[in-house]
Amino acid sequence: MSAIAPSLTDATTMLRRNIRHAVRYPIITYLIALPVVFLLLFVYVFGGTMGAGLPAGDTASYLQYVVPGVLLLTVAGGATGPAISVAQDLSEGIITRFRTMNISRSAVLMGHVLGNTIQLMIATVAVLLVALLMGFRAPASVWGWLGAAGLLTLISYALCWLGVAFGVYARGVESASNLPMPIMILPLLSSGFVPTESMPSWMQWFAEHQPFTPFIETLRSLLFGTPVGSDAWISLAWIVVIGVGGWLWARRLYERKTLRTP
Amino acid sequence: MTPAIQIQGVRKSFGDTVVLDGIDLDVAAGTVLALLGPNGAGKTTTVHILSTLLRPDAGTARVAGHDVVREPAAVRAAIGVTGQFSAVDALLTGEENLRLMADLCHLGKVEGRRRVAELIERFDLGEVARKPLATYSGGMRRRLDLAMTLVWRPQIVFLDEPTTGLDPRSRAEMWQIVRELSAAGTTILLTTQYLDEADELADRIAVLDRGVIVAQGTPTELKRLVPGGRIRLEFDDQDSVRAVAGALGHAPRDDEGLALEIPSDGSLASLRAVMDELDRSGVEARSLSIHTPDLDDVFFALTGHDATVPDATVRGENAAREEVAS
Repeated sequence: MSAIAPSLTDATTMLRRNIRHAVRYPIITYLIALPVVFLLLFVYVFGGTMGAGLPAGDTASYLQYVVPGVLLLTVAGGATGPAISVAQDLSEGIITRFRTMNISRSAVLMGHVLGNTIQLMIATVAVLLVALLMGFRAPASVWGWLGAAGLLTLISYALCWLGVAFGVYARGVESASNLPMPIMILPLLSSGFVPTESMPSWMQWFAEHQPFTPFIETLRSLLFGTPVGSDAWISLAWIVVIGVGGWLWARRLYERKTLRTP
Repeated sequence: MTPAIQIQGVRKSFGDTVVLDGIDLDVAAGTVLALLGPNGAGKTTTVHILSTLLRPDAGTARVAGHDVVREPAAVRAAIGVTGQFSAVDALLTGEENLRLMADLCHLGKVEGRRRVAELIERFDLGEVARKPLATYSGGMRRRLDLAMTLVWRPQIVFLDEPTTGLDPRSRAEMWQIVRELSAAGTTILLTTQYLDEADELADRIAVLDRGVIVAQGTPTELKRLVPGGRIRLEFDDQDSVRAVAGALGHAPRDDEGLALEIPSDGSLASLRAVMDELDRSGVEARSLSIHTPDLDDVFFALTGHDATVPDATVRGENAAREEVAS
């Protein structure tokens, strides 16, 4: 137990550092801007046509359909943040200094994960506000909203660990910002923007078996008060796989890679 | 008293490149040891092993009585490291960097604030403390770097090439800081490729060449290892130089041709012989001085080569480090 308290203090210190970075160099604007552009584009430009494929068949119902996908798109973009901030750290000598100090190893990475998760949550709320202004309404109960918030937080946290791993793996800041790109494509190839039944069969198979479809379906159920079903468990399983996988990978790489190369 | 740092038979290779080929070294508590050697000699690798960043392939290293491999946390709790590369957070201000260290050392709010203020004052960072690091000069950055290392007063401090790339004034300031640290009882291991720096700061010097310690001792002891002292005579004109040079055999002249350097073991007898010869030739010398060998001479005598290393060797070590990183 005694080892936990100091590492918690260290993680909080690292989190403060990360937040200071975020305030000084706000990448959060990008985290918000991209999904908002998608939201406007899909609803006001493609919305009429897209909506026609849905049972109700208009722009307003497409807005209701697409918002969970856009929220997940926001979260998916979040892996980029920790990837960049960790790669940035590794390009400076500061990480080497941390490693020669008697502080918990995981505190350094934990600071990045927590800092970026918080930013992602703020970004998600901002995107949701835009959606509400556009007329999005969810009939969820308080528990539904809390569940949705919890789900998005867990997904963000897991993806941030994966982002941290990308950041340690990358050869520099630029490649670190490119590595998480495929994750941002995933929400587009899920049930977030069009129902999977409308996709070609091979794509449909992919869409139904990748993590973002159960994420989006669970979020929809929580927001619209429909039964959640097995999607919730599949989502949790994916969260554990992504989070633990990212954590193990990040730690392994970090141990090997923090010696500064000349 | 157990030494602050004990190294026994430490070896380290990166791939095929042997960087440390079995080194033994003791540093007594409260003293300054300079690890002197050219680029690629293995200085940084030694510091990395002692500061728990790298594991040795063989041999043992103990710092503050703790084994660097088996008790890395205890070692880290005793040391402070300022590396060759700036280890500061470039996105924070100087003060925030110091606060970060104080927080990580669990100094507590009040004590942390007090210590940070004290270091800002001591390291002359007052004017820039609240400015972003982008505005700092190289010397300021290096001072901040060292201040961060000292926030919680480590008993053993490693300084890896602390003055490389600094202008003469910043270098003198850094020397002063090292002297004060040492006066306060801190054990210091510093690496340097500057012979005068080792001479100036260290109680003992260990000369590292191609992964092997070729000599160690006090600066004076090391200089005594090599013959090669000389008596230097300066004259007013070329005729006097020629006359004395003829009388003394083949004494080498210096570049301007108005001085002679006569090899001497520094004894009174050798000095008297030169004086007698001067009297006999009836030439007035403008000045006479006696030179004991400097560390450049020491290095050459110990290793048989200059304090420079063929490029290939340096590239070898860099390549090896790349390998460790990937």
